[in-house]
Amino acid sequence: MPFIPHTQSDTSAMLASIGADSIDDLFDEIPADLRGSALEGVPDSLSELAVTRLMQERAARDQVGLSFLGGGAYEHHIPAAVWEITTRGEFYSAYTPYQAEASQGTLQVIYEYQSMLTALLAMDVSNASLYDGASALAEAALMAVRANRTSKSRRVLLPATVNPRYHSVLETITGTQGVEFLPLPYDLETGVTDCTALDAYAGQDITALVIPQPGFFGALEDVDRLTNWAAQHGALSIAVVNPLSLAMLKPPGQWGAAGVDIACGEGQPLGVPLSSGGPYFGFLTARQKLVRQMPGRIVGRTVDVDGREGFTLTLQAREQHIRRGKATSNICTNQGLVVTAATIYMALLGPVGLRQVATACHANAAALKARLEGIAGVQAAFSGAHFHEFVIRLDQPVDGVLDGLAADGILGGLSLGRHFPELGNALLVCATETKTPADLERYAVSLERQLETMRNGV
Amino acid sequence: MSEIPEDLRFTPQHEWVRENDDGTVDVGITDHAQTALGDLVFVELPEADAEFSQGDACAVVESVKAASDVYAPLSGAVIASNEGLTDAPERVNEDPYGAGWIFKLRPANPLELEDLLNADAYQQLLAEADE
Amino acid sequence: MTEPLIFTQSQPGRNRRAHLDQAEAPLGLPAELLRSEPPALPEVSELQAVRHFTRLSQMNFSIDTHFYPLGSCTMKYNPRASNHLAMLPGFLARHPLAPLASSQGFLQCMWELQEMLKAVTGMRAVSLTPMAGAQGELAGVAMIRAYHLHRGDAARTEILVPDAAHGTNPATATMCGCTVTELPTDEQGDVDLEALRNAVGRHTAGIMLTNPSTLGVFERHIDAIAEIVHEAGGLLYYDGANLNAILGKVQPGKMQFDVIHMNLHKTFSTPHGGGGPGSGAVGVGDKLAPFLPVPIVAREADEYRWLTEADCPNSIGRLSAFMGNAGVLLRAYVYMRLLGRRGMERVADYATLNANYLMAELQRAGFELAFPSRRASHEFIVTLKREAKELGVGAMDFAKALLDRGFHAPTTYFPLLVPECLLIEPTETEPKEALDGFVAAMVEIREQAKTDPEVVRGAPYTTPVRRLDDVRAARQLDIRYQPDAPEPDTVSTRQVV
Repeated sequence: MPFIPHTQSDTSAMLASIGADSIDDLFDEIPADLRGSALEGVPDSLSELAVTRLMQERAARDQVGLSFLGGGAYEHHIPAAVWEITTRGEFYSAYTPYQAEASQGTLQVIYEYQSMLTALLAMDVSNASLYDGASALAEAALMAVRANRTSKSRRVLLPATVNPRYHSVLETITGTQGVEFLPLPYDLETGVTDCTALDAYAGQDITALVIPQPGFFGALEDVDRLTNWAAQHGALSIAVVNPLSLAMLKPPGQWGAAGVDIACGEGQPLGVPLSSGGPYFGFLTARQKLVRQMPGRIVGRTVDVDGREGFTLTLQAREQHIRRGKATSNICTNQGLVVTAATIYMALLGPVGLRQVATACHANAAALKARLEGIAGVQAAFSGAHFHEFVIRLDQPVDGVLDGLAADGILGGLSLGRHFPELGNALLVCATETKTPADLERYAVSLERQLETMRNGV
Repeated sequence: MSEIPEDLRFTPQHEWVRENDDGTVDVGITDHAQTALGDLVFVELPEADAEFSQGDACAVVESVKAASDVYAPLSGAVIASNEGLTDAPERVNEDPYGAGWIFKLRPANPLELEDLLNADAYQQLLAEADE
Repeated sequence: MTEPLIFTQSQPGRNRRAHLDQAEAPLGLPAELLRSEPPALPEVSELQAVRHFTRLSQMNFSIDTHFYPLGSCTMKYNPRASNHLAMLPGFLARHPLAPLASSQGFLQCMWELQEMLKAVTGMRAVSLTPMAGAQGELAGVAMIRAYHLHRGDAARTEILVPDAAHGTNPATATMCGCTVTELPTDEQGDVDLEALRNAVGRHTAGIMLTNPSTLGVFERHIDAIAEIVHEAGGLLYYDGANLNAILGKVQPGKMQFDVIHMNLHKTFSTPHGGGGPGSGAVGVGDKLAPFLPVPIVAREADEYRWLTEADCPNSIGRLSAFMGNAGVLLRAYVYMRLLGRRGMERVADYATLNANYLMAELQRAGFELAFPSRRASHEFIVTLKREAKELGVGAMDFAKALLDRGFHAPTTYFPLLVPECLLIEPTETEPKEALDGFVAAMVEIREQAKTDPEVVRGAPYTTPVRRLDDVRAARQLDIRYQPDAPEPDTVSTRQVV
């Protein structure tokens, strides 16, 4: 029996202690008509050897050579030490640190995480993390609704350059709470939010403005102007950022005249493998005055009875296990283990290493963009600066191009046709620090050949 | 044994009410309530001018392990909150009937005062709850 | 034993190890977009970082190091094979938006996981996307709301919750725009049926139940509850927190539940990870199937693909940017394949055997049970109100004293209904010796409480820190390292009692 240690004599002795004849007797309070095994759809058990072979085979089927896919999840090199330490049993198999004395490791890691995140974002306070970037934005919107007491409208301005998948999650999570998202269009020339569209909302009751950096197309928004608009119009500003990019880009706490009120985003670029979309972690930071409106766990530093420094969960009265129906959110967990990895990643890279990675990403993307623009039938969709993703427009249908690239062992990017049909044959391409000049060249050559083949109708 | 001043009125939810000469009332939580909650770490105060009906939740007192609503003992408008509690919530523990007052209300219907308990009745309520 | 913050170990210039081959290229971006000062991250060598985080790990209790009988959390062994196989390079490197052609291995695992969870729960369809139990709850209640609205019945906004329920139940209902009505529990730990009959009506959206309940007993009137709620037009929500107790014994579908969330990090032994990531897959019956969150995996002629909004127009939508905590789902899949059908049927058997044995032994040792006339499910409640009254040593003191004896504490002060309670869940993976050791430790603590109660009230002594000043933590909020801020002075703001 996998993982069950009982010998026959253990079982007999235990039943005797209970005063029961059989294990079945222990279920005698369950109405008889409900009982009975019904696991027909579950296969027989496999040995660890057999499961290993099965999983190796399946994992191998999904392996691809060279990926230029981004769109919210990014391939980065993760130093070996990160997950070696993260998966130590003492981190891996511990639970929520409610017994603080027996959980100082987890608690101090989270405190260090909160410290690193606030340093990176130039914000005052951070929680212990949320599920992922999309749900973090949803929680940030709800937080803004609670915090902005001068606004009664629950209307949030949401640029079209926010990841379209986040739009969908926002609707699902906040839809039943009467939050309304008003779209802000992007400029077809630059691929960033059209700031003149804000004029239509001047004088209206707007609860919050979401500001992505970079936007979904990889382009860099005019964050100062957007942040100032929010501050001048009684709206709270919510930044949604790529944390890695902030090693080189201006952090949200310094945007505009006074910085944003809330900053959140997807933590995956900080040492978390792609892993089919999760587990990742969402981060949420804010100005000091909003700390009590934050959802999720927060770790604080304090002292014990002997005066020794120690760490504990704090401000718990905001949370569901105390506040029940009046909690700031129903959230219980953070993404503790993933945050542990991110903390180790940031510690290993430090400010210099992190900046190296961010600038290498940017340089690779810029080099690839320049190279691809030189190919016949390829055109950059937008002018202006970008981080590590950009959009190209092709003279051939994107799906066919991607199939051709895949045949060469290349994932060529993300087709934008479904969410942004107005862009035509548009492809979102990402190049991170993982790519070498040879990789970029291989992509360009394959793309060129594919376009040519398609153009010739072969 | 918790302190119950003779000159105040009380609610079964452990708020106290002090009638001022100008017709306004001060509201706080009783000594019994602060003892049961333990060391307070935060008080969420009502906004000035906010109007409440009798029994509405209008403030929150938080300790490390619990959060409890404070209900409006009378209908009326909030004319002041004890802003000092923001930085020093422990005043509610130290002096629940004095420096630990929470907000000041202008009652809309003074007759509602009759609904409240006097010191003896509140004392009896606590004694019954203890049994 | 404490470990200095990593920031205090930092030396400028120390970690200039070459992470990359390339030299830093000029950026060519406008200055107003750029960062002017580097972030105040620590600069330490790789060895320093490895030592620091390894030492921190050693300051944790965990399943791998200690018996961890935390009630309602199902802290069973997390098989290493699950972790190892979920982290095979092909799975780690798979991009969430990868084309179907290079996703069939992963999708097959997910489809088979959906099928196994359907079999285990007796539900008609499953979505794996919720990223934690609380998100599964959100999905479940949102589906109930969507179902009623779809029928044009906007009045059903009230969710019934027993007073013993976990705090997430009412918090979730509120998040979904519903109101919450709490139902009393009778002395035997069952829902008060009379109160339920009086509570239901045309406003009833549904009831959220955990069965076995958080009181550690099986709700015996589940048939009657289902009938009353369904009769009134409401739906039944199953909180899968305690699914381990009935795995392979009773299907929630057979108990007439319309929707269920499962905590895969409990029943299917994916790691708790110090508080996440979890996974809260949801299952539904016929009524709610159209409303499941997307994406869902479908199999068509031996090929696997995603079902999205286009296939499921009535879906409540997406809960995560991609498809939820995929790596956690892979771990659950491996666990279920290792156990197989027979292994899974034995989970509830031995979880229940362990709980009832531990309960019997503690009762024999003189501890008071909250529900002495009932069988334990996979967990049970001891109340220490007598010890608190007579010896001045309560549940919190026992919990801390257990830490000194090498046991993680059970869940304390939950459920709120039982004074001075310990909710104890041993799980099926603990041997008899661990349970006997726990009983001996409890007896020893009680003996010490009789002779030397101060010592027990001062516990723990052997942990990296002793009892912490939570009041100070909340009043003098220090939630990030600030190099210029004064280090915390070493005087506690109050005597911790």
